Amino acid sequence: MAKLRGTGMAAVNYPTGMHLGGDPTMALVHATSSGSFVVTLSSVELGQGLKTVLAQIAAETLGVPLEAVVVDTGDTDTGPHCSGTGASRTTHRAGNAVIAAAKEARQEMLDVAAEMLEVSADDLVTDGKGNIHVKGVVEKSLPAAEVAAAGQFVYGKSISGRGIFLPPASKQDPETGESAPYSTQAHACTVVEVEVDTETGAVRVLSLKSVYEIGRQVNPELVKGQIVGGAWMGIGHALYETTAPYYPAIDHAPYDFLNYVIPGAAEMPEVQCEILEYPSETGPYGAKGVGEMVANAPIPAIVNAINNALDVCIGEIPVTPEVVLRALEEKARADGA
Amino acid sequence: MASEAPKAEALNVVGQPVKLRDLKKHVGGQTSYCDDLRFPRMLHLKMHRSVQPHAKLLAVDTAAAARSEGVVRVLTHADLPGGELWSGLATVGGAGDEPVLASDKVRWKGEAIAAVVARTPEQAEAAAAKVKVRYEPLPAVFDVEEALAAGAPNLIAHWPGNHYIFGDDHAAAQIRLGDVEKALAEADRVVENVYQTSPIEQAPLETIGCVAVPDGDGRYTVHTGSQSLSSTLKSVAAYLGLPANRLRFVSGSVGGGFGGKADLAVEVTATLAAIKTGRPVKYRYTREEEMFASSTRAAWRVYIKDGVMNDGRIVARKVTTYHDSGAYLRMSNYGAMKHSTHWPGPYTVANVWVDVYCVFTNRTPSGAMRGFGIMPASFAIEVQMDRVAKAIGMDPWRLRLLNAYRNGDMRGHHRAVKDAAMIETIQATAKLSEQNLTGDLQSLSSWRQKAG
Amino acid sequence: MTAKILSLNVNGRDETILCDGLTTLQEVLRDQLGLLTSVKDGCTQGGCGSCSVLVDGELWLSCLAPVAALAGRAVMTLEGLKQSAGIAAIQQSFIDNSAAQCGFCTPGMILTVKALLDANPEPSHDEILEALSGNLCRCTGYLPIVEAVKDAAARLSGGADAARASEGREG
Repeated sequence: MAKLRGTGMAAVNYPTGMHLGGDPTMALVHATSSGSFVVTLSSVELGQGLKTVLAQIAAETLGVPLEAVVVDTGDTDTGPHCSGTGASRTTHRAGNAVIAAAKEARQEMLDVAAEMLEVSADDLVTDGKGNIHVKGVVEKSLPAAEVAAAGQFVYGKSISGRGIFLPPASKQDPETGESAPYSTQAHACTVVEVEVDTETGAVRVLSLKSVYEIGRQVNPELVKGQIVGGAWMGIGHALYETTAPYYPAIDHAPYDFLNYVIPGAAEMPEVQCEILEYPSETGPYGAKGVGEMVANAPIPAIVNAINNALDVCIGEIPVTPEVVLRALEEKARADGA
Repeated sequence: MASEAPKAEALNVVGQPVKLRDLKKHVGGQTSYCDDLRFPRMLHLKMHRSVQPHAKLLAVDTAAAARSEGVVRVLTHADLPGGELWSGLATVGGAGDEPVLASDKVRWKGEAIAAVVARTPEQAEAAAAKVKVRYEPLPAVFDVEEALAAGAPNLIAHWPGNHYIFGDDHAAAQIRLGDVEKALAEADRVVENVYQTSPIEQAPLETIGCVAVPDGDGRYTVHTGSQSLSSTLKSVAAYLGLPANRLRFVSGSVGGGFGGKADLAVEVTATLAAIKTGRPVKYRYTREEEMFASSTRAAWRVYIKDGVMNDGRIVARKVTTYHDSGAYLRMSNYGAMKHSTHWPGPYTVANVWVDVYCVFTNRTPSGAMRGFGIMPASFAIEVQMDRVAKAIGMDPWRLRLLNAYRNGDMRGHHRAVKDAAMIETIQATAKLSEQNLTGDLQSLSSWRQKAG
Repeated sequence: MTAKILSLNVNGRDETILCDGLTTLQEVLRDQLGLLTSVKDGCTQGGCGSCSVLVDGELWLSCLAPVAALAGRAVMTLEGLKQSAGIAAIQQSFIDNSAAQCGFCTPGMILTVKALLDANPEPSHDEILEALSGNLCRCTGYLPIVEAVKDAAARLSGGADAARASEGREG
């Protein structure tokens, strides 16, 4: 009996957006008289950070500070349609919709500023700090808040914009599968090292290293959060989690967190990750979806590492101690024969 | 086709490591979730669920439950106006097969039969236990391949073979590229294996739940943890025969989803109860319900047969997948179709043949989860790649890099690869994990076609 | 079931509670006492830690605690800890390390860290893992939480230079 180490790797691709497209999301942007820009939509904040990411995209497009953007989401009376918060689609779909809405609002804002400064709107730029000025002439400048107020009270203009992103709907040929099912593909590759206790069958993940290619990162801090959280979820799927421990039997189904085992802080190895940036033409500022793919490379990498450590061929998950011990028994039988 | 990798332009706010906007609220304990909402005169709904995996319902007696302390209303199938059946995702050809509350039959252990609405959750729970159901048990089937075999018990009359029908007449979601049988016959080796994943619970820390509130003007506001407000609103309107403009769906912060809140789960019954009682009704899953009654990630069984040349080229990939939908369709056809077009993974294989069956079994219906349809494909593909490497005695890094798809290559679904950077991602991972790649592998690029 | 009246100190105030033998502390805090909803309900089985509170400074799972057994004791929730020593440092460490995503487990985590650091101001890595073992998080993968605990311990014991600078901008 021994503790054996092994390494494994896996490479994956992941499609962005609802399968076969045709999944629109809309956004509205308007300036308040005090100079805030409100982005309104009906996507759902699940902790993934869509309010943060969409505020960044709106601020970038409008040319105003991040702090000036308010994201108001999750109400079907006020927010226009969203085809659901899933399928790694929100940054891509809602992000593109926000860009469209923010562009329209920005143009209105520059038109009002042009009237105020008596110049052409084409000659105006934003400084990202809340000011609009004439290209090359920083002194000829107006605060965006002042322009927003003047738009409403002096010029009778609504500084606002509408945006929708509708990826074209494709059909999947039932015979050949021919279709255009996604907007873009993100990529990841993971290497893990495991230690397997051949007496107990317990597996410990010692290290997990990944590289992700997700187009342009809108927010590296939140991307890292997804990758680390996904690595942990991958460990859960690979080693512990099941609602049917003796699948396909339905017996021994767990009813609580004592029997549905998910890994804890002590089961997490060191995680290293790197990001490659190859902007996608279809994404907002080049972004691809990252939310769902993050457990997909860790799971097979862990199973490959176990197979590597034990020289066995496990092809099922979760690889519980029982699965490990049965694989070792089978190998001993085969080696003996 | 671009011949060079695209480069990122310099930006101001996009690309910055901005902190999550809700962090201050979270650490102050001030983020309000659906379960934290309280309304005057709010009632609580609890469900009586099937204890049989497959049975005829002979009688549902709710009299004792209705008389139980604190009970305001009991709802059964007879209270649903339209008799509408949930159809999953209409965009990919869903077909109505699932009742909100069981009528003549139950098809999984945990299926909703009668809803009890009472003043407190404890009263509702106690009363729900008093619902008496007489069952006539039917033979049940739990294994996907057994469910497809001749003579298996049929779950749903609409699906006579216990599987979904794709298009007009296809038993499986198909991919057909090239001539897979010819390529397998000509391959140096054939590597064949089966892979199995387990059903998994999304397990967000906040369980599924909603509160349906009568606004007093004929409209109803439904506060929900749903991941999909618009489509859930539409489904509730259809089920209850209400004009959609009488409904407003509101979501605050949600305590995690991972796909587990993408299904229709609690909103129809809660809204019906709010309509029938004229009072706010909260319906929130207990952790037990979350574990056994909410949609799981499906179990998938994947058979792969690869044709491989001794130089490492994979020339054929033949795949048969059985997706365990559980007792009803929900979004399973969507997941199966997404799974089908993912083959052959991030590799270029000239001959690809895929059949993906959506099979009905007497288990908890499955639904979306992070990586829907793709996770089981990636798992099977990547464990298979190691087995292929072992079979031909090749380093697994080399095998993957030699076969990795490049921009312009043909994918299984008959479209050229675009936005690919699989090769660069693998190369960077090799560097990160101090794995030495030989010069020929280091010089590969997603933006250059293979020599020859 | 007979109703019982007892007194309990919650967040520094003496409260009179109406309960029966099965009423849990979680129900009292969330529903009787003005919606102390930082006390979450993730399982009502003692399995997730999101309902954690402090009883006389000790960490308790409020969903398993019959309130009838707590007469005369002092209960603290995150709402009551705003002025308490160290809580701001723990909260700032959670922010600086992005140690929350959906936030549902966060109040329970913060109380767990508070109880840990009150009892053991300089916990080892293993002691931190042990302390967090009763609190589940489904989003973050725990690494940022473990970092936040180390960060908070450093801030509270080592002063300004021990506190690491925040990597990100405030959103």
